[in-house]
Amino acid sequence: MRRGAFSKGFIYLLLIAGGILMLLPFVWMISTSLKAPNQVMTLPPIWLPHPIEWSNYLHAWHTAPFARYLFNSIFVAALSTLGVLLTTILAAYAFSQINFYGRDVVFSILLGTMMVPGEILLIPNFVTLVKLGWIDHYEALTVPWMASVFAIFLLRQFFLSIPKELSYAAKMDGCSDFKYLWLIMVPISKPALITIALLQVIGSWNSFLWPLIVTNSMTMRTMPVGLMAFSSEAGTEYNLLMVAATMVILPMIILFIILQKYIIEGVTRAGIKG
Amino acid sequence: MIERRTWKKTLRALLYLAPALALIIVFDVYPIIKSFLISFYTRYNYFTDVVYARGIDNYLSIFNDPEFWLSLRNTAIFVLGVVPASICLSLAVAVLLNQKIRFRGLLRTIYFIPFVTSVVAVSVVWRWIFHSQYGLLNAALGLVGISSIHWLTDPNWAMPALIILAIWKGLGYNIVIFLAGLQNIDSNYYRAARIDGASPWQRFIHITVPMLSGTTLFVSIIAMINAFKVFDEIYALFNGYPGPVNSAETVVYYIYNKFYVQNQYGIASAASYVLFLIIFVLTLIQLKVGGQKKERTRSKKLATGGGR
Repeated sequence: MRRGAFSKGFIYLLLIAGGILMLLPFVWMISTSLKAPNQVMTLPPIWLPHPIEWSNYLHAWHTAPFARYLFNSIFVAALSTLGVLLTTILAAYAFSQINFYGRDVVFSILLGTMMVPGEILLIPNFVTLVKLGWIDHYEALTVPWMASVFAIFLLRQFFLSIPKELSYAAKMDGCSDFKYLWLIMVPISKPALITIALLQVIGSWNSFLWPLIVTNSMTMRTMPVGLMAFSSEAGTEYNLLMVAATMVILPMIILFIILQKYIIEGVTRAGIKG
Repeated sequence: MIERRTWKKTLRALLYLAPALALIIVFDVYPIIKSFLISFYTRYNYFTDVVYARGIDNYLSIFNDPEFWLSLRNTAIFVLGVVPASICLSLAVAVLLNQKIRFRGLLRTIYFIPFVTSVVAVSVVWRWIFHSQYGLLNAALGLVGISSIHWLTDPNWAMPALIILAIWKGLGYNIVIFLAGLQNIDSNYYRAARIDGASPWQRFIHITVPMLSGTTLFVSIIAMINAFKVFDEIYALFNGYPGPVNSAETVVYYIYNKFYVQNQYGIASAASYVLFLIIFVLTLIQLKVGGQKKERTRSKKLATGGGR
């Protein structure tokens, strides 16, 4: 019995030590972001800033157009998520409820595209966007991401689990297919839709290479691209750099902690795209 | 009730599919084909879409480019540095988390947090942790008497720094997948083994590892594919450059550089198809080897099970 207690203590020790290692970079980031310049580069490192310089946040906010970056990030994430939800609901309905010619072939081809690394798509997509005149516009940041094969796959599975009897009953009551989809299937599928929306928001918010390539002007940058631009300007002012990093990182951590059930469920079914 | 296919239904389905299909065809299917074609264009005006010459010169040029071989070598080192270590660590954490312990949910959340954060932002944080003079890591190493390492400016240490960051970032995802796999193992196996007097280590080796082989295969393929595509970390860790004397230049950085900096679309496309081919072949090999292993353990299990 005593041996069991000992090994259990050892398990806790290992897991907690590992957990601290996972969190330490974030603690260090926030700590540095609240330091006065003379407390940043010290040996040994200072963990608790004194005094706490909240003004760093104001300072960074005014040094670079973070308000604009933040607006862009939120706007792009919201728009592409709405787009994905719309196209996914319609497509998943067709794949799960309608028996049409070529259904399995089309579905297999879609699944096949998931295997191809995104880097291959970069150049032709860039050329397409140049031709459409979308470079440096919101269209380039949102429209190409408004359909997701993974999301369609996820929602189709969910739709297939809804009993067919429900649709027959609705039809008996004179409910059209379109109404049945929006008034019955969509509300039932709320958990799957939340998962899809969250994965899309996180993917959009954290995306870097794409917005880097399809935007040129400062006013079109998203948070990660803005952070990198700020990083080449702020250089070694690590307290301000950590302010900027905190603004990019913290919203997603909060979102994850609140809605982790949906995220972990979605991730377990298949990987995050990109 | 049997639902029959009709052309009317097909037309209706097309209406529902139109928005998603249009986007996927324009931004996924077409580029896969187009990129392949561009990789054979040697003189090409992308804006007017006029091709003056075709050939395999782009492929010849990357295979004769020492920088491409360097980027391949660096990518291989990165993959070998990240994937096995990450799988072993995450499996260990997942097995520990799968015990009857308190705060399991909280610990899982903590391990998963890095995965949902922006790669460039955490890389900027790690750039500060790796700082050679005032960085947290060197301060910690100093406590145990190790003199400071120039993580980001010494070509010998740039890749290890990148590997540490990548393992930390991706661990939580692997843990969650392994936990899901562990929960699928029938607890009767463990009960039976305990009655037979098997030690925890024996239970791990003879039950957990073979029962988890499918999950391990999935995790290793996903980890490998992601490791081959590393880019954001490098860009942010070295502030837009591929490390000291290109010591952290990977294939995707090479593609980015050829495409976006040097505007050599044909060469960049050729390099991206070579990358795809490498990933594809390695995935097939893993599937084959992993599939055989699974087959063997299954037949072994059947053989031992049949004897009793």
